[in-house]
Order: sequence, then structure tokens, then C-alpha cells
Amino acid sequence: MRRLTWFNATSLTLGFAFLYIPMIVVIIYSFNESRLVTVWGGFSTKWYGELLQNEAFLDAAWVTFKVGFFSSIIATILGTMGAYVLVRGGRFYGRTLFSGMIYAPLVMPEVITGLSLLLLFISIGLDRGLFTIILAHATFSMCYVSVVVSSRLVSFDRSVEEAALDLGCTPFEAFRLVTLPIIAPAVISGWLLALTLSLDDLVIASFVAGPSATTLPIKVFSSIRLGVSPEINALSTILIGLVTIGTIAASLTTKRAVMRRRREEQMAEQMT
Amino acid sequence: MSETVFEPWNDPAEKPLIQFRNVTKSFGDFTAIDDLSIDIYEKEFFALLGPSGCGKTTMMRMLAGFEKVTSGTIMLDGQDISPIPPNKRSVNMMFQSYALFPHLTVYDNIAFGLKRDKLPKDQIDARVKEMLRLVQIEKFGQRKPEQISGGQRQRVALARALAKAPKLLLLDEPLSALDKKLRQDTQFELMDIQEKTGTTFVVVTHDQEEAMTVASRVAVMDHGKLKQVDTPDRIYEAPNSTYVADFIGDVNIIEGHATKQGETMAIGWAEGQPPIIGTPSKPMDDGKVSFAIRPEKVAISAERPTDRNNVVQGKVLDIAYLGNLSTYHVQLPNGVMIKAQAANSRRRASRPFTWDDEVWLSWTDTAGIILEN
Repeated sequence: MRRLTWFNATSLTLGFAFLYIPMIVVIIYSFNESRLVTVWGGFSTKWYGELLQNEAFLDAAWVTFKVGFFSSIIATILGTMGAYVLVRGGRFYGRTLFSGMIYAPLVMPEVITGLSLLLLFISIGLDRGLFTIILAHATFSMCYVSVVVSSRLVSFDRSVEEAALDLGCTPFEAFRLVTLPIIAPAVISGWLLALTLSLDDLVIASFVAGPSATTLPIKVFSSIRLGVSPEINALSTILIGLVTIGTIAASLTTKRAVMRRRREEQMAEQMT
Repeated sequence: MSETVFEPWNDPAEKPLIQFRNVTKSFGDFTAIDDLSIDIYEKEFFALLGPSGCGKTTMMRMLAGFEKVTSGTIMLDGQDISPIPPNKRSVNMMFQSYALFPHLTVYDNIAFGLKRDKLPKDQIDARVKEMLRLVQIEKFGQRKPEQISGGQRQRVALARALAKAPKLLLLDEPLSALDKKLRQDTQFELMDIQEKTGTTFVVVTHDQEEAMTVASRVAVMDHGKLKQVDTPDRIYEAPNSTYVADFIGDVNIIEGHATKQGETMAIGWAEGQPPIIGTPSKPMDDGKVSFAIRPEKVAISAERPTDRNNVVQGKVLDIAYLGNLSTYHVQLPNGVMIKAQAANSRRRASRPFTWDDEVWLSWTDTAGIILEN
């Protein structure tokens, strides 16, 4: 293995320091005894305990979870359908317009998306609450799903679907029995992306949320306006922990899949 | 004609399995198939041969049902198949990329079509096992496609397409992904399987050797039209155009003017050279012609041969050594290049001709083909 040069080592350190020092500070202060966020008052886990007692936070977390779960599923179904039609539907009238339009929300400022959804919900007389947040999140995250899934569809051999038709499948059976299992990894990563986006979203949710339902990001943001409490640090640490576990698990699974595939390829070569 | 000869196309009582009737297929402004009619008979091994873009793949995709005809009709077993979707046709296809289902085992790939027909489980099992045996991959039933080699995948694709016992099997460049040695072995196996199952095979290929080896009849295509449909030996020995002569194998083509001379034609082709004497395949008038002769029918010798009419002298310019054969590129005094092929029946060191040798080329009156322009 090559040793890092002095220059590379420095840039690596600086880069990672820039990324991770803020998070490390949050983690350290989450174990702070003192109520004052900026003053170290000794080690304690009491804020974690307080957090678990805080009904408002727990409610918000539960709302966030429900929103993320339902909106990501709706987004995955709609996004996959959209991608399939745009990639496989052949040339139909307005196809270019549609495929342009599916990318537009990706670059649309969230404020505008949020505002337009708010106006829509008001004009059709829909009460703002859990349901409207789910709708809003499904709307903006289905574009991301669609982009991920269509890139997979573009790269896979069309004749596999034709083979399914040739062997007696109706077009729907061909999709269910052949296409879907093959694009499943892309659909799952699209779903995870939609879930993450939903858990993360503050701007759109604050437009469409009502008094009956508040998501965790909204709750955190509003409580910070009254001053950062150590509970928020504890909450952030828990979230950082969850994300870390998730990322490590994902990369381990990928690595194992790659290794298994390589083993199988070697096996196939030896057979010939 | 003996009874064992398989020539349904010469039997007027025989009904064709597939009939193309004035079929045209266009993609926008581009005409892929141009007013094409052809009959293909049951149990034939029919090869569509042509360069890429000649429309052969389009013909196959129309038979499978993936493309709709622009005009004309395609009949299968006397029935117009245009309105029938691919999943309802008794036609199966082996794809060039094999198109195996990567998420299913070899066994399930082969069983896929049978399961769609809702056959009872034990029947499916028996049929799949029969197919695995037919293509000799019994050992690999539980493997996934990525766990087997390219040659084995080709067998799986064939078994999967044959499993439903279709009336017609389409093979799209079936052997193009295999290396040369394996390809040659597989060609014979393919013929064997075709004979065993009695299925009609239509194969699309750009490899003329493959078409010649496997097919009962070959259709040479160019720009959406059929150039010639005939048995491999007729295509090779009696091409009806310079295009076919040039496309199949190696050929020398000499332009000239033919005049009748009794039974034969005398073709004047160069100043100061005696005319080429050739025998026309059918009576023809005087006029401009192309004289086509295969290199292996041109003899090369150091002495002037006396037993034949067509003799020219030239200088060896180049030798292509192919192992079993050598092709000599001989330049005549007027600059015309003629290729002559000779079997290397002796070891290299003792071969008679080398670069810049003066040699005599000769051929008989019936060795070449006279093609009217």
C-alpha cells in the first residue's frame, strides 16, 4: 500500500474535520450535565431520559415515521410506474414533455413546491394534517424514485421482457414476473431515497402541516427558536447513530453481494 | 429423385408453414422490408443471411410478433398471424443475447413458458428434464444463469425456446456469442436437435459459413429484398447475381462482353488477352456480363497447362496462408488481380510457389458462372 503524501494527508484531515467536527460537538454535548448548551457541566445521560419523557417529541417522531412510511410507498409505486412508461412506452405524443416534467421537481425550489401544494389543499378544502403531509411528500419524492428506476430500466436488456412475452406472458405478467424482480434493487433504493427525503424534509412539511400533525424536523426547528436545549442534542445523536448503522449495514450488504457474485463467476469459469 | 431427399419447396403438393405475402415494413421513412414474398416449409432449417441492416432481424421479429407489418400478410399454418400478440403465437424465439431471466434458475427458466400454460406440475417437471437432457445440461438445473458459462447459457436459451414445442423456432444469431471452435461443434448439435424435434427452424445470421452449414435453404437478403433463396450448394455454385456471389465466400469477378460461340460464350475482358470461355447456365444473348469464378476453381501451375481453354499468366503478388489452404493473389500483366486457391497437401517448406514467381492460372469451361448485368 502506498503511503499518503504530506499534502494528501492534510487535505484528507481538513476535509473530514470540516464534515464531522460539528457532529462530534453535538454528540459530546448530548452527554452534558448542564442545562446550558455551551457550558460543560460533566458527563450525564439524563437528557436521553428526558427526551423519552417528552410527549411532544415522541408524537412528532411517530408522525414523521408514518409520513415517511406511507409517502415513500406511494412515491415508489407511482415513480416506478412513471419510469416504466417513459422508458418502455415507446414514442407517444408528448413523451419528451413528460420526461422533462418528471425531472423538473428535482430542481424546483422547495418553497415553491410547498407553497403551491398549500394553495392546492386550501382551494380543494382539504384539512391540513397527516394526510396532506403524506400527499406532499409522495408528490416530490416520486420524481427521485422515477429517476433512479428509469436509469436501471434503460440499462437492462429489453429482450428479456420480450422473451417473457414470447413464452406466453401477458404484458402485465411479464412486468410482474420478470421486469420487477430484475429492477427490484433500483426500486428498493428509490424507496429508501424517498423515505430519507421524507424524514428529512422541513420546508414542504411546514407549509402543509396542520396543528394536528407535526413532523420531527418541524418540532426540532421550532424548539430551537426558543433556544437549543440539550434534549435536541440527544435527539440528534440518536439520529446520527441510526443513520450510521443504516449506512454501514447497507455497505456491508453490497460488499457481500459483490463478493458472492465474484465467487459464482469464478465457479462458472472453472466449470468450462 | 429419391424419397429421402428433403425438398418440400420443389413439391407443389406441399403446403408451406410460413407464407410472407408482399410484406412491407417501414420505420418512418426507412423501408426495412420491401414487398417481400417467401414460403418456408415444415421441418425446414431456413437461414436468413445478409449484412447488418438488410432486414433479416425485422423479418424474424415480425414472425415473433414484436413488429407489426406495414402492409401485406404473414400466414402461419394457413392463418394470418398479424392480429395475434406474441404471447398467443405458437412461435418461440431464441434471442441473440439469450435473454435468460437472471433471477431464475436454469430449471425455472426452462419451465417458465410451461408454467404460463398452466400445465400440471409433474408434466412440467418431465418436460423440463427432457429439455435439459436434450441440450445436455442436466447437471446445471439448479444454477443461476450467471453461474454457468456462455456455451451453457446458449443451451439453456435453446431449451427454453423449445420447451413449449412451438411450430416454429426463431433463432437470432444463435451462435454469435460463442468462440469459433465451440461454434462449429454447436452448429452440428443444432442440426441434430432440429432433426430430433422435427421443429421448423428459422435462423438469422450474418455468418455465411454458419448459414451454409446448418440450413436446408438459405435466403440471401439485401436492403429489405430477397436476392436469392436456394439450397446452400446452389447459392454457392450458382449464384444469380454478383451480389450473392460476392457475399458468399470468396470470388473473382471479371467484367466483360460475351458473344455466343456455339454452346459456350466467349467473354472478351481485356486488350491482348484471349477471351474467357464459359458455359452459361441458361441460354443467353450477347452483351455485357460479369464472369464470377471461385478461387478454388482456379488452378495454379508453373508450366502452361494444355488441357483447358482458359489460361492466363501472371506473377504471385501475395500469399495468404490459411493452414489447410493458401490463397495466391496473382497479378496479370494488365494489372487485373486473380485469386487462386490451392490445398497445402505438402509441408510448407516444400510448397512450389513463392512471391514474385511467374505462374500459370487456368480453369475449365464450366468452372465459372456468367452473370448477365
